[in-house]
Amino acid sequence: MKFLVCISNVPDTTTKISFTPDNKEFNKAGVQFVINPWDEYALTRAIELKEANAGSTVTVLNVGEADTEPNIRKALAIGADDAIRVNAAPQDAFFVAEQIAAVAKDGGYDVILMGKESIDYNGFQVHGMVGELLGIPTVAPAMKLDMAGTTATLEREIEGGKEIVEVSTPFVASCQQPMCEPRIPNMRGIMTARTKPLKVVPPVGDPARTQVAEFALPPKKQGVKLIDAANAGELIKLLRNEAKVI
Amino acid sequence: MSVLVVVECAEGEVKKSSLEVATYGAQVAAMLGTTATAIAVGEATEANLAKLGEQGIAKVLYDAEPRLKDFVNNAYTKLIATAAEQEGAQVLVLANSNIGASVGSRLSVRLKASLATNVVELPKTDGGQFVVKRGAFSGKAFSDVVLSGERKIIAVKKNSLEARHEAGKTAEVVAFAAQLADADFADAPKQVVMQEQTGGVLLPEAELVVSGGRGMKGPENWHLIEELAQALHAGTACSKPVSDVDWRPHHEHVGQTGITISPNLYIACGISGAIQHLAGVNSSKVIVVINKDPEAPFFKAADYGIVGDVFDVLPKLTAAVKELN
Ligand SMILES: Cc1cc2nc3c(=O)[nH]c(=O)nc-3n(C[C@H](O)[C@H](O)[C@H](O)COP(=O)(O)OP(=O)(O)OC[C@H]3O[C@@H](n4cnc5c(N)ncnc54)[C@H](O)[C@@H]3O)c2cc1C
Ligand SMILES: Cc1cc2nc3c(=O)[nH]c(=O)nc-3n(C[C@H](O)[C@H](O)[C@H](O)COP(=O)(O)OP(=O)(O)OC[C@H]3O[C@@H](n4cnc5c(N)ncnc54)[C@H](O)[C@@H]3O)c2cc1C
Repeated sequence: MKFLVCISNVPDTTTKISFTPDNKEFNKAGVQFVINPWDEYALTRAIELKEANAGSTVTVLNVGEADTEPNIRKALAIGADDAIRVNAAPQDAFFVAEQIAAVAKDGGYDVILMGKESIDYNGFQVHGMVGELLGIPTVAPAMKLDMAGTTATLEREIEGGKEIVEVSTPFVASCQQPMCEPRIPNMRGIMTARTKPLKVVPPVGDPARTQVAEFALPPKKQGVKLIDAANAGELIKLLRNEAKVI
Repeated sequence: MSVLVVVECAEGEVKKSSLEVATYGAQVAAMLGTTATAIAVGEATEANLAKLGEQGIAKVLYDAEPRLKDFVNNAYTKLIATAAEQEGAQVLVLANSNIGASVGSRLSVRLKASLATNVVELPKTDGGQFVVKRGAFSGKAFSDVVLSGERKIIAVKKNSLEARHEAGKTAEVVAFAAQLADADFADAPKQVVMQEQTGGVLLPEAELVVSGGRGMKGPENWHLIEELAQALHAGTACSKPVSDVDWRPHHEHVGQTGITISPNLYIACGISGAIQHLAGVNSSKVIVVINKDPEAPFFKAADYGIVGDVFDVLPKLTAAVKELN
């Protein structure tokens, strides 16, 4: 079984978001980039399934410029076998999906896993684009993934519950908790990651279909109005009469 | 040229988020000088679909094929694509839900459309461009995005606009057959398992939310959260550590790695207000924080606050709500 795991390189979850003075670009200065937290579920589950199915391989894929390589190496240290970087600034989800679909097709991957969404652009859309480009099923978001031969059983979250879905390879799944306990690299992993193959390939496909015109930060809160705990019921009156939300 | 709106139904009712989507679609149609048609998916009744006229929908297409009652990605995609072609839809509007994201992303490729998810406002169309505002950086920012494709697909974030209700207006409900084949149902669910929701309120659709963190001390105390939620007809949510240790189910976990919600009211009980938690809730219209530590970071993001012990404060709030009703 050949697993392809897509990882997005995103600002650490504690990042205070700011933009360049013209509000056209994200301000990367001083920002630490990490593997997108949702992608860690995809990566770890792929490694677990590889371990359970002899002869399987896990390839990680990132669409990004050379500055994403530390996080690609981290994914190799966690246990992926090799990596591919499509050497391009990711312009939008469609552009990224085209790259993933092209790599998946060339490499004949059976299972394409990604995170539920990228915490920078929050698209939750690459999964379906890749599935449609390849003409294969997508299951999003998946909370559980088991494989028996070429058949996968997944739990797909729906509002208010879940669906049990069965698909055959090849397929795409976008992963979220509680699929597995994401692994962190150990010393041996870090040592071996240095020599694992990382292939850099040029981008393909059509241009992006969306362009960011401007970023903005949410309006600041006015400041908190405190209510005495002894008089807590007062809050309910304020919510009814002042805030008018209940 | 028209606007096509995807309306999700369950147990005969149109989902609240889809009433918002219908309102959004009708307003876009008015901006473009055309009409809005809806395509309904899920289990619907003709009477409820006709009521979409109240949101400004002129016509509703409905395929009564029984296998479409549950979500099937390929079949829904084909159904909606067929409707979009038939109606000559230039703009497709759907909910930013798991169904909307699943079909919207496939449709964007099939229909060669520009897709924007997580959209929070009506588009701006001045200067010949089509620009939508969407949430980015997990609730920490917004971005204005140009949809440069000939066709556009917009997934509207829940509770971003109020559904319009023009009493008495009805939509024409028209039978629609997308000629689906068995192969389109290959990825149909083997089983659908619904979870019981506190007070029957679904968190992603909830207008009011009561949420608990580690300060609640243990699952045995959650009745305090549930009682307040029930009195308010609110949904319940929790912080990540709470669902990590299984005090609460995972679908209640809000934040950067959980779900993002924007209810009218979010009441945080015993939650410190870590940046990853705030990311999931800071677009709530009003935030109330109850925390015994006056230095808890959450107070900085709050509109109202009570510095106090949740075990003392929550019963008082529940009693006050009951008194009000
Ligand atoms: C400095 C910088 C600027 C950027 N500017 C823009 C911009 O202006 N507009 C824009 O739309 N995007 C931009 N991106 C790209 C963005 O990071 C995403 O890669 C891309 O937009 C897809 O995001 P999404 O939220 O739609 O993906 P989602 O659909 O939420 O992503 C789902 C999954 O797809 C996979 N995935 C996503 N991106 C990648 C990737 N690059 N490589 C491999 N797998 C991936 C991951 O598994 C992820 O969990 C920028 C990135 C950087 C670093
Ligand atoms: C990559 C990453 C992603 C993350 N994603 C998320 C996410 O999506 N969502 C999320 O929630 N967290 C997330 N976290 C975790 C986050 O950093 C915090 O650890 C978490 O939100 C804290 O949860 P809490 O507020 O319930 O607990 P704590 O931080 O322990 O806070 C408990 C609060 O309760 C108060 N308290 C205690 N007793 C009482 C009492 N009797 N009465 C009143 N108040 C009381 C305390 O003063 C304290 O402020 C993430 C972390 C990382 C690293």
